[in-house]
Amino acid sequence: MTEALPTLWFVVIAVLWAGYLFLEGFDLGVGMLMKLMARNDTQRRVLLNTVGPVWDGNEVWLVTAVGATFAAFPSWYASLLSALYLPFLCVLLGLIFRAVAFEWRGKRDSDAWRGRWDWAIAIGSFTAAAGIGAVLALTTTGLPLDADGNRVGGAFAWATAPAFLGAAAVVLFCLVHAAAFIALKTEGRVHDQSERLFRRLLPVALVPFLGWALLVQLDTGTAVTWLAVVLAVVAVIAAHRCSVSGRDGRAFASLGVGMLALVGSIFGAAFPVVLPSTLDQAFDLTVQNASSSPYTLGLMSVVACFGLPLVLAYQGWTYWVFRRRVSEASIPAAHVVAPL
Amino acid sequence: MEALEIARWQFGITTVYHFLMVPLTIGLGLLVATMQTLWHRTGQEHYLRMTKFWGKLFLINFIMGVATGLVQEFQFGMAWSEYSRFVGDVFGAPLAMEALLAFFVESTFLGLWIFGWDRLPRLIHLLSLWAAVLASVFSAYFILVANSWMQHPVGVEMVDGRPVMVDAWAVFTNNTALVAFPHTLFGALAVAGAFLLGISWYHLWKRRHDGLDTVGADGTLVVRDRVGARDAVDHEVWLRSARAGALVAMIAFAGTGITGDLQGKLMFDQQPMKMAAAEAACHDGTGFSILSVGNLGAQSCDDITAVIEVPGVLSFLANGDFTTEVKGVNTLLPEYQEKYGTTLPDDPMYGERAGTEIDYLPVMEVTYWGFRIMIGFGAIAAAAAAAALWVLRRGTVPESRWLMRLAVFGILAPFGANSAGWIFTEMGRQPFVVAPNPDASGIDSVFMFTAAAVSPGVSLAELVVSLVALTAVYAVLLVVEVRLLFTYVRGGTASAMPELAHVGADPSTGGKDDGDVLAFAY
Ligand code: HDD
Ligand code: HEM
Ligand code: HEM
Repeated sequence: MTEALPTLWFVVIAVLWAGYLFLEGFDLGVGMLMKLMARNDTQRRVLLNTVGPVWDGNEVWLVTAVGATFAAFPSWYASLLSALYLPFLCVLLGLIFRAVAFEWRGKRDSDAWRGRWDWAIAIGSFTAAAGIGAVLALTTTGLPLDADGNRVGGAFAWATAPAFLGAAAVVLFCLVHAAAFIALKTEGRVHDQSERLFRRLLPVALVPFLGWALLVQLDTGTAVTWLAVVLAVVAVIAAHRCSVSGRDGRAFASLGVGMLALVGSIFGAAFPVVLPSTLDQAFDLTVQNASSSPYTLGLMSVVACFGLPLVLAYQGWTYWVFRRRVSEASIPAAHVVAPL
Repeated sequence: MEALEIARWQFGITTVYHFLMVPLTIGLGLLVATMQTLWHRTGQEHYLRMTKFWGKLFLINFIMGVATGLVQEFQFGMAWSEYSRFVGDVFGAPLAMEALLAFFVESTFLGLWIFGWDRLPRLIHLLSLWAAVLASVFSAYFILVANSWMQHPVGVEMVDGRPVMVDAWAVFTNNTALVAFPHTLFGALAVAGAFLLGISWYHLWKRRHDGLDTVGADGTLVVRDRVGARDAVDHEVWLRSARAGALVAMIAFAGTGITGDLQGKLMFDQQPMKMAAAEAACHDGTGFSILSVGNLGAQSCDDITAVIEVPGVLSFLANGDFTTEVKGVNTLLPEYQEKYGTTLPDDPMYGERAGTEIDYLPVMEVTYWGFRIMIGFGAIAAAAAAAALWVLRRGTVPESRWLMRLAVFGILAPFGANSAGWIFTEMGRQPFVVAPNPDASGIDSVFMFTAAAVSPGVSLAELVVSLVALTAVYAVLLVVEVRLLFTYVRGGTASAMPELAHVGADPSTGGKDDGDVLAFAY
């Protein structure tokens, strides 16, 4: 039983990352589309309000993924975050700007003010998506770590092809995922625009993600993980079909399944290595040598068993409460705050 | 400068900054939830307006707490990887639980509250706020458990040179955490109380200034109704907020005093050097120093003289009586050296510091003044609140502009007390990042020097880049945040309730009654 705990926690962390990509995936994408798709202020506000009530809850998936890594695999947490110091710094700065911009952009009635915060949202979302993509790709393909798990080769030792592949994978995924989400959550012009965007983007958008998955498969893939890759490709094709026939919900769900299958194939193939060293296989951090004690893992398992389903339940309920579609007509006039 | 110093500055700056938002989130959250509960039960308009107005300020602040908290979560791994490896088995668990059990509830239910005004049944909407607010209290508990473990490690055994958790109950009921938790909550309420009082004072003053409220020769107050959004209910909003704020501020100070006293007693057992440094007490004694002169910064006991000292008080703080001698620095230094060594071990993890002498004395200027600023600012705020409550008995405030400015400025005092408390607690722990636990339980082999905690692989340049970037960004955001808060404060309740701003305007324009229009939208 105690042998299985580190494996269980590897699965939990993979699930948390997948959940993060699925949920924050669309709100990061919506953030980028604020500048790429929306044509006027009302449309931008429509986009914002599709994720308004939920983006913060989505972001906690990241906090939890990182916190759970700290608790269950301290060495993984320590090596990954210190080796990728600058990428994580960029992610943090991106998320900071994005968060305050969401809250602040409507707080002053000035085009210059809103314009500035729109850029903050778009660039912040892009930076966060790219950074997370790079980080996840590197934890599955490897970093130059020495025997103590410390990075060698300087501040940019991580800047390799897989890092950029991962960045592209997540950025593009967020964009199509958001297009599908907006189509599902809006009506009117914004809906039509996003549907068109989705169909146009989908054929290319998943290519880098697929490339990353193949990179890991070619190295350590198993029959099951290869199967997951095939499933992913089928799901993405199905998503396109559904969209063409106007079934937004199914298109969104199929694309989601496709991404989850890819993430599953990547983490599945990487297992049991959590962070490979490109210097020497003996330095690899694995599920066994990086994990916490069975006691800690047991405690955390009890907490997760009870906590995770609860989170899914009330977050699911939130989406249900705010299920109504948003359109340009539902956006109220800007509220001007003036001194008394 | 070395990597270690930069990492410490960065941790200090980002954490103190985070803790500017935190107490306001916790304290104001509890008060807003109470206001909405009162509205729910009585249906009175002024409670609704209070909920909306203070709720708006709460949200503007909340988001900054979220943004800066993220940095905290990542920073242990980024800049303090050796620390994370060493303590991960115990320290990660409360952090992960905080995210899973508290942050999820907090952020999800706050989203429901913000956007749910017209979507949720009233009771569910109220309960959403309570869920979010109680979750933030819960999150404080978890993070304080983590922090208290660094102050006083319990529930672990050393295995292969690392502490491994063997008793979760001990970790989660660490006596250090059990007293730090209420102390921090009271500290948060002190902030919220002063915030309510200062801002309400401004509005009461503004009403008088604009001639809405007048005080007759016999001292009776005349409140004029129906002046745009500022009607008689408006007066009620500010008066009640001001009184509630003053009351909360006073209760909170009493609470910090009682719990702080308990903390002092624990500190005397658990970190005697911190206690001695807090007192600039070189020799054993019983007196509490009100003023010590000499060169505190010289880090030497030779030229410090206590000018005003109250005999017995230090003993009371530490021990509950007036006669027990509290050990001074001169007695403690040799004890620490004997127990934990005089020089840093010759271990590569210490880098160039290996073999150098360990300074067990925290920076005395900081601990001495940190302790006094914490208590002093708290006391000033509480005394001011008491005076304010007395002034408010007439139902308004004096016309003096200076007094109003003082009330607004006074909001800063409890913030200062909170920051000072943390700086004192954290810097008083030096040179340890995990302070040894000298209890009879006998796990004082579990400790870590700060010098060993920093990430070995991270370069000085990276740390400098992040320190500069984070500090600059935080500074800019603070300016924007404060200006926004000012704008919303000046706008009064109408800034949180568009319907009030349109009093007198044709209600059919704007389409508010249209069920399709979002009542709240970004
Ligand atoms: C006593 C209370 C307290 C203390 C000492 C800290 N925090 Fe904090 N933190 C809170 C109380 C809090 C809070 C009141 O719960 C916040 C403020 C605003 C919010 O959203 O929650 C928060 C937000 C917050 C968030 C964002 C949560 C979200 O996305 O919703 C993170 C990741 C952290 N914190 C992490 C930390 C870490 C790693 C700390 C240690 C250095 C820390 N906090 C100190
Ligand atoms: C649970 C919460 C906290 C944890 C786990 C924690 C942990 C740490 C760590 C790892 C360091 C770096 C090592 C060092 O230089 O001592 C540190 C330093 C510091 N922390 Fe905390 N801290 C926490 C909360 C806070 C809070 C809320 C504040 C203040 C608002 C604070 C103020 C500081 C300061 C000022 C330093 C710098 C000390 C120095 O450089 O000597 N800490 N803390
Ligand atoms: C009579 C007054 C007070 C006493 C005797 C007192 C005592 C203490 C002590 C002994 C500590 C250090 C605990 C340790 O390092 O182990 C502490 C920490 C702290 N104090 Fe106070 N305090 C008082 C008032 C206040 C006030 C008014 C505030 C804020 C408004 C405040 C906020 C804090 C904070 C935030 C900390 C750090 C966190 C913690 O350890 O709980 N204190 N206090």
